[in-house]
Amino acid sequence: MDRGVTAVELTGAEIFVRCLRDEGVEYLFGYPGGAVLHIYDALYKQEEVKHILVRHEQGATHAADGYARSTGKPGVVLVTSGPGATNAVTGIATAYMDSVPLVVFTGQVMTSLIGDDAFQEVDAIGITRPCVKHNFMVKDVRDLASIMRKAFHVATTGRPGPVVVDIPKDITAHKTAYVFPKDPTLRSYKPVREGDPAAIRQAAALLVSAKRPMVYAGGGIVLGNAAPELTALVRYLGAPCTNTLMGLGGFPATDPLFVGMLGMHGTYEANMAMHDCDVLLAVGARFDDRVTGDLDKFCPNARIIHIDVDPASIQKNVPVEIPIVGEAALVLRDLLAALQATDSAPDKAALAAWWRLIDEWRSRQCLNYDRANIEVIKPQFVLETLYRLTRGDAYVTSDVGQHQMWAAQFYKFDKPRRWINSGGLGTMGFGLPAAIGVQLAHPEATVACVTGEASIQMCIQELSTCKQYDLPIKIINLNNRYMGMVRQWQEFFYQSRYSHSYLEALPDFVKLAESYGHAGLRIDKPQDVEAALREALGRRDRLVFLDFITDQTENVYPMIAAGAGHNEMHLATDRELA
Amino acid sequence: MRHIISILLENEAGALSRVAGLFSARGYNIASLTVAPTEDPTLSRMTLVTSGSEEIVDQIRKQLNKLVDVVKLVDLTDDDRIEREMLLIKVCAEGGERDEIKRLADIFRGRIIDVTDRAYTIELTGDGSKLDAFISVLKSRRILEVVRSGVIGIARGNGACVAETP
Repeated sequence: MDRGVTAVELTGAEIFVRCLRDEGVEYLFGYPGGAVLHIYDALYKQEEVKHILVRHEQGATHAADGYARSTGKPGVVLVTSGPGATNAVTGIATAYMDSVPLVVFTGQVMTSLIGDDAFQEVDAIGITRPCVKHNFMVKDVRDLASIMRKAFHVATTGRPGPVVVDIPKDITAHKTAYVFPKDPTLRSYKPVREGDPAAIRQAAALLVSAKRPMVYAGGGIVLGNAAPELTALVRYLGAPCTNTLMGLGGFPATDPLFVGMLGMHGTYEANMAMHDCDVLLAVGARFDDRVTGDLDKFCPNARIIHIDVDPASIQKNVPVEIPIVGEAALVLRDLLAALQATDSAPDKAALAAWWRLIDEWRSRQCLNYDRANIEVIKPQFVLETLYRLTRGDAYVTSDVGQHQMWAAQFYKFDKPRRWINSGGLGTMGFGLPAAIGVQLAHPEATVACVTGEASIQMCIQELSTCKQYDLPIKIINLNNRYMGMVRQWQEFFYQSRYSHSYLEALPDFVKLAESYGHAGLRIDKPQDVEAALREALGRRDRLVFLDFITDQTENVYPMIAAGAGHNEMHLATDRELA
Repeated sequence: MRHIISILLENEAGALSRVAGLFSARGYNIASLTVAPTEDPTLSRMTLVTSGSEEIVDQIRKQLNKLVDVVKLVDLTDDDRIEREMLLIKVCAEGGERDEIKRLADIFRGRIIDVTDRAYTIELTGDGSKLDAFISVLKSRRILEVVRSGVIGIARGNGACVAETP
């Protein structure tokens, strides 16, 4: 077959596959069904686009999401109509909240049946509308190629996000000439790339005038491939830098200028520095409620600069003095140039005083836990050991809850795209399928899925997918027999009434892993943690399910209760929450 | 504060529901919304009346602009502008009332567009407050039905909210 422009008559299904190939799609995560059988037949006849068969459509979207987050390339999904589409919705919403580029193709009943409540018919466009960047329905096979091209363009540019393309079955049988459209532009969609030079000069002037500057960088750094530009800028300023949960790895965690994650379970020093700073540079962050706490108490003394590619993220929750719309990498590059071009330099004496204060906060060692405990496995210890043994260079996916926070606190990410978690939507069940996408994209890398016994069961069926494609993921199951974060909130805010947060009738995870064809290990003594992790990490050819039986009552600290201010943190030593 | 926003959007199935869905999902108010195709059949014109603090209306404009179907958006609120709304009202008109209602319609520059032996249907165009006033003077009679078109608006002068030609 020749590439590109020769106009051969192809079926919609063949055009679909050719388009994916011409977009450079490597993996297609999917699950067949009636409405997409023509497409599956076309997939059968080629080898360039590799199809990964998941066990549930939610797994397909999360796997594509993990692939996208770890590579920066769009994740691509194919599901059938009706339940195929509805099962994919959780994954689409997950990607939407975290601005991950996905292109999700949903099959649809034949055009002539739409609206008749046909078998496996659902209004996929309507159901997904609130959780996509955009969606399209293909009504004519002649539009298929251009819609697919637009879908990839919209998903991957500006603030990225998921795009759904709904394709009725008859469209995939109709024939037309195939031409890969060169230009995907839409008249109504022109994301801003460069920041306004005047605003950038203003920002530079404000930053050099700062006595207590602070840099708050979010997922936009990772999504916008702006980690080198951020690192250069922060080092020029000599300012403390914090990352949001989504931004971890956007600035090297082992750099002395890094003060850790901020927000509800952020470090003492990061939150106190937020509270006391006089100039705040926010980049690619959206002032989420888990980050800001009480808005009335948020950064009370700060003048705020906000860089974001999405104008709607600016001034949404917090008033900002200098808004700059543009791509993080380009704006940060220009901002550093503007700083270097000004006559004044950052105030060294003021910075030294600011760092003395920060070092005092740091000396509280807010992430301390009971390391001396030899009776019961502390979950933090498992993650510290994982960090040490992988030399901080693994890809870590996580589910949602306490284990997620501990992974964010104790695994120090020096590189972007290594930390893969559902931050915005908080989707339990994300970690394992996401790890599938990550491992496929990085076959030689160590991929660890940090999870808990509640989360892992939400997409446990994907263990079968892992077997089919020989994915040697390491599952770190922090098994405390509770929905840990729910239990923690019930302890603090509901006088320890543990309503439905205890998981009875848990499976034997070792046997479960084995029944799927994997290796499983149960570890219940602190002294066995390291050996088990070493053994698992050493098995390059197998998925190993490590079931760590951990302390049931451990809580995540520090903690800012919902609606409190950054300076109203509770540390492990306080124990009691107001 | 009340804002009137004029939007050009792709004349495609689903474009209207993207706008309506945005307002319900984010809890914004819609006072009225009108939409119809323009002289360019690929584009629709929507006129939307909303209200909220300046911060909220700023967010509304930004969120609308983010919709891929929105080609152009102009907030007419601060402009010198013309606003119009049409009212069709059916009112009971019997016996001696008939002359009185006709006189009221004339005063408001309304037109009686349908007549039966028991009712008038009156058409009236103007800004919202004029329509409100007319309805309120008819309140003492028996109003059978009120149909309002929602507001449309356009800026005075040479400026125009049109799509850029490629």
